Amino acid sequence: MRLPITPSQTVGPYLSIGLLGTIGPALVRADATGATRIRGRVLDGAREPVPDALVELWQADTNGCYATSTTGFTGFGRSGTVDGGSFEFVTVKPGRVPAPDGGLQAPHVNVGVFARGLLKRLFTRIYFPDESEANAADAILSALDPSLRETLVARAEADGSLRFDIRLQGDDQTVFFAL
Amino acid sequence: MIAPRLREVPDIGDDDPPYLFEDYVGTRLRAPRRPLLLLPHSLSELTGPVYGHESVGGLDHDLTLQHGGQPQGQRIVVSGRVLEEDGRPVRDSLVEIWQANAAGRYRHDVDGHDAPLDPNFDGAGRCVTDDEGRYRFVTVKPGAYPWQNHVNAWRPAHIHFSLFGRAFSQRLVTQMYFPDDPLFPYDPIFGSVRDPEARRRLIGSFDLETTVPDHALGFRFDIVLRGVEATPLEG
Repeated sequence: MRLPITPSQTVGPYLSIGLLGTIGPALVRADATGATRIRGRVLDGAREPVPDALVELWQADTNGCYATSTTGFTGFGRSGTVDGGSFEFVTVKPGRVPAPDGGLQAPHVNVGVFARGLLKRLFTRIYFPDESEANAADAILSALDPSLRETLVARAEADGSLRFDIRLQGDDQTVFFAL
Repeated sequence: MIAPRLREVPDIGDDDPPYLFEDYVGTRLRAPRRPLLLLPHSLSELTGPVYGHESVGGLDHDLTLQHGGQPQGQRIVVSGRVLEEDGRPVRDSLVEIWQANAAGRYRHDVDGHDAPLDPNFDGAGRCVTDDEGRYRFVTVKPGAYPWQNHVNAWRPAHIHFSLFGRAFSQRLVTQMYFPDDPLFPYDPIFGSVRDPEARRRLIGSFDLETTVPDHALGFRFDIVLRGVEATPLEG
């Protein structure tokens, strides 16, 4: 017998009270080896920044292993969007993790987005611009039309950080996944 | 144009609400307009962050003890179990809540409602489920409050809940409502869940068994997370 699931509801505009107190945007220290900043904006259908969103990351460590405890690298972080609708994380590029067909996936970070006006979570992935070979061979990325694929690959900035904008609507809407 | 090999999933609201629900104005510019693509599950979706007992303090579950004095309002105990679809308890898993105070005011800069703040109430709590998936919070009943969705719009009293489960695919944020709220028929967030039976599952029930004599009313709210299944890769 299956129990019926509890429906999702929006986080609303006051999510910071409950969700931003203890879990933060630094998955590693800024001076850790390989530390990378990932920043971006959440943009709505009018191209306006969304100032009250929550972005969550879940990722493997540099060896491609997901954490099984909160000691050491947790693999999880949260950032609210603030002035200008921007979020920012400090993390490391994850290693490759197994694909369902037995191969290896391109390095990627799993992303959840919550906001007022989102009745349920949006789910997407961040891929890395310096992994063109792994990206070209990745089963998920290669299943996408190039213009859609592009929405999932972060852009390298001059200061060494990565830029990943999340566009909720529009011709260049970010690809969101059903799980 | 290459045909997508990831199946498009139509956004029909059944158990969950749809992304786009016109009556809830906030969804109009934020709901994605392209169909979601079905992601074959790998370790990325089948694992999840593990925040257990070490991540909460002893009093984090009691929102009435976070200051020198007692907050105003009806003291309540909200408890229940977190389960998976197959009935398995979700053990050692972080549950986070946040809510308005008894007057219907959030301790937040963007809340412009002129109801009073309560110096003895912040409105945030955390706890970790036990071996049976049980959680328990002590708090006060939140007030209803007005919002700007339409003329004379009021949110029914509710407590926000955040759940992890054991896989990132199970992550859920929802709201618990209180029985017999007269605002239900007018609230597009509650009403965004189209199935009346599914809506009913968002309402906590009064529970004499967890009511503490001479102290607090008990409400019970069980939460069921989607199961974790491997999905076949589309050809």
